[in-house]
Amino acid sequence: MADYIWLIPFFPALGFIVNSSIGSRTSKTFVSWVACLAIFLSFLTAVGVFWEFLQLPATARIFEREIYNWIASGELSVNIGFRLDALSVIMCLVVTGVGFLIHVYSVGYMHGDPGYRRFFIYLNLFVFMMLLLVTGNNLLLMFVGWEGVGLCSYLLIGFWYEKDSASDAGKKAFVVNRVGDFGFLIGIFFLFLSLGAQGVWTLNFGEIGRNAHLLSGGAATVITLLFFVGAIGKSAQIPLYVWLPDAMEGPTPVSSLIHAATMVTAGVYMIARLNFLYSMAPDTMLVVAVIGVLTAFFAASIGFAQYDIKKILAYSTISQLGFMFVAVGVGAYAAGIFHLMTHAFFKGLLFLGAGSAMHAMSGELDMRNMGGLRKKTPITYWTFFIACLAIAGIPGFSGFFSKDEILWKAFSSSQGHVLIWLLAAVTAGMTAFYMFRLFFGTFHGECRASEEVKHHIHESPRVMTIPLMILAFLSLVGGYVGIPHLLGGENSIEKFLAPVFGTEIPVKTALNFDIVSAAWASEGAAGHDGSLELALMVASVLIALLGITIAYVFYVKNPGLPGRFAARCSGLYHWVHNKYFVDELYDLLFVRGTLKAGDFLVKVMDDWMIEGLVNGTADWVKRAGGRLRKVETGYVQEYAFGIIVGAIIVVGYFIVAPMF
Amino acid sequence: MLQEIPPGLCFILSGILFTIGAIGAIIRRNVIVVFMCIELMLNAVNLVFIAAANALSSVDGSVFVFFIMTVAAVEAAVGLAIFVMVFRLQNTVNPYEVNLLKG
Repeated sequence: MADYIWLIPFFPALGFIVNSSIGSRTSKTFVSWVACLAIFLSFLTAVGVFWEFLQLPATARIFEREIYNWIASGELSVNIGFRLDALSVIMCLVVTGVGFLIHVYSVGYMHGDPGYRRFFIYLNLFVFMMLLLVTGNNLLLMFVGWEGVGLCSYLLIGFWYEKDSASDAGKKAFVVNRVGDFGFLIGIFFLFLSLGAQGVWTLNFGEIGRNAHLLSGGAATVITLLFFVGAIGKSAQIPLYVWLPDAMEGPTPVSSLIHAATMVTAGVYMIARLNFLYSMAPDTMLVVAVIGVLTAFFAASIGFAQYDIKKILAYSTISQLGFMFVAVGVGAYAAGIFHLMTHAFFKGLLFLGAGSAMHAMSGELDMRNMGGLRKKTPITYWTFFIACLAIAGIPGFSGFFSKDEILWKAFSSSQGHVLIWLLAAVTAGMTAFYMFRLFFGTFHGECRASEEVKHHIHESPRVMTIPLMILAFLSLVGGYVGIPHLLGGENSIEKFLAPVFGTEIPVKTALNFDIVSAAWASEGAAGHDGSLELALMVASVLIALLGITIAYVFYVKNPGLPGRFAARCSGLYHWVHNKYFVDELYDLLFVRGTLKAGDFLVKVMDDWMIEGLVNGTADWVKRAGGRLRKVETGYVQEYAFGIIVGAIIVVGYFIVAPMF
Repeated sequence: MLQEIPPGLCFILSGILFTIGAIGAIIRRNVIVVFMCIELMLNAVNLVFIAAANALSSVDGSVFVFFIMTVAAVEAAVGLAIFVMVFRLQNTVNPYEVNLLKG
C-alpha cells in the first residue's frame, strides 16, 4: 500500500484534468460521475491505508514515498513526496469522505446552474490541493497545497462572478489570505535557514522532527509564531477572520466543503503537523490558545445578532476553529484533530442542511423570512437537529466528546489556564444558544415567507438528502472514537494519533487552585482527578443545556422577547449586529490607507519621479539629437573635408607625438 | 637617368599633387572635376609608392600600385554610373545641389 499513497491526491487531479479537457463535449451526467468517482476512489485508497495502519504496530504507521526530485539547488533539495501517518490519514479520510458526500450533494444542488461543469472542475481541483496539503512530506509541497486551496477558495467564492458582492468577497478572501501566507512563507525560510545554520538543510517533516532539538528556544518561538500567522489567515482567527463570513457568497456546498469542513482546518492541521516545534515554544502556544479562545468567544457573540443563516454558520465555524486552536495551543493536539473531525461532520451537515432549507425556500437566506419548515422538509429538519445537538455538545453526540476533551485539556494541561477554560465553557453555552436560535427560527414557529414562496416549499431530492443522512449518522456516532477514559472508553483516536504527537503536554502535577477550582475544592469535589473532570463535564453540559433553554424561551415560547431585549440594549445590539464594526475599522485602517498610499505613489513616485526620469531622459536625447543632426548637411564635399581634417589630425599626432 | 632623381623630390611632387587633388575635391562644383581630383590623389599616392620602391630596391611598392590602379578603375566605373543616374533624376551633377540625405 505504501507504494500507492500518491494515488490519494492523484485521483482528484485526474478528475480535474478529465473534466476540464473533455468535459465540455460530454453530458452533465458524465461530468458529475467523473468528479464524484475521483473523490470516491481516493476515499477508498485512504480507507485502504487506514485499514493497513490498523494491522501494523503503532510505531510502523508511517508510509513515505518520494516520486520525483522537484528542486535541487545547492543545499536545497525538495522532493515531491507523500507521507501518510496517523495524522494525515485521518485528514485524508475527512477530506475525501466529507468531500465525496458534498460532491454528491452538489449534483442535486447545482443542477440547472450554467456553471455546472466549472463547479465540479473547481471542486476536484480543491480536493486535490487539500490532499496535497495533508499528504505532502515537506513544507514546500504543503505550501503548494496551502496556496492551491486558497486559489480554489477564491475561484469558488466568486463562482457567481456576475454578482459584484461575490467577486468582491472572493477578492477579499484572497487578499486576507495572502497576509497569512506571507507569514507562513517567511516561517519556512526562517526554519530552513535556522536548521541550515546547524548543518541540517531540509524541509522534510520527518527530518525537521528529528533535528528540531538543534533549534534554540528563541528561534523556535519566532518560527512557530510566523507559522501561526499563516494559520490565522487560513483558519480565520482574530484578526484575519473577516474573509470567512463574506465567503458565504459562494454556492452552499462550497461553504460546506471549503469554509467549514476542510480548508479552514488547514491551519490546525499545520500546527498539529509541526507539533514538535510548537512544543518547544511555550510562548507561542500561549498565544495560540489565547487567540483561539478569544476568537471563539468573539465570533460566537457576533453569531447572536445575525439573521442570514449562512452568516451565522460562518461565525460558528470561526468560533469552532477557535476551539481547535485552544486545543492545539494547550498541547492537546489529538483533541484538536478530534474536534476537527467531528466538526467536519456536523458543520458540513449544518451547511448542507442550510442549503437544503434555502433550496426549499427558493433561495431565501434571511431567518426573519423563514420558519415553520419542520413539516415540509422533515429530513432536513431532523438532520439539522442532530447537527445542532452535536455542535451544542449534548452528551451522546459527536461534538460533546471532542468539545469536552478540549475543555478538559484547556483546564488540566500544564499549558492551559482556568481562564481559558472559563471563556471556552461560556462560549460553548453561547454556541448552543445561537445554534438553537437559528434552528428554532428556521424550522419552528409560523412560516414568515411570502405566499408564493410558501407554495413552493418542498423537500430536496434524494441525491441531496442521502448525504445529509449519512452526515447526520456520522455526527451522531463520530464521537465514539474518542470516548474519554472517564466514561469507560479508551480514547482510541488519541491512542491512534499518539505516534505522531509523541508524549502530550503533561497534566499539571498540582492543579492551580484558582478561583473556580478553589470553590470546588471547598466543597470537596476536587478531591481527585476523576471527579474534577466529571464536574467540569457536567458543568459544560449544563451550560449547553442552559443555552438551548434560553434559545427556546426566546424564540419559541415567547417570540416577542428578543425584539424587546434588542430594543432595551439597542446600543449593544447595534454594535453586535454590525459585527463590532470590524470591517469598517479595517476599511478605515488598511483599505483606505492602502488606497491613499497608492494614490500618493501614483502621483509622486510614478507621475513625478519615474515618469520624470524616463520622459526626461527621452527629452534630453531628443534635444541633443536635434542639435547634433545639423552636422549632417548632406553636402558630400563637406564630409570629404571632414575626412581630410581627421586624417591630418591623426597623421599630425603621429608626427608631433614622438617629438615630446 | 632616373636613378639620379632623389626620392625626396618625388615625395614633394606627390605631396603637391595630393594637396591639389584634395583641395580640388573639396571646392570644385562640378562632379566630374571632383572625380578627376580624386584620381589625382590616387596617382599622387602611386608616385610615392613607385619612388619608395625604387629607392629601397623592392617590388612591394610596385605591386601596390597595380592594386590601386585596379581600385581606381573600378571606382571610376561605379562612380560614373552613379553620376549618370543622378543626372537623369536631378538634371545636375553639382554636388551642392545633391543634398537630399541630410539631418
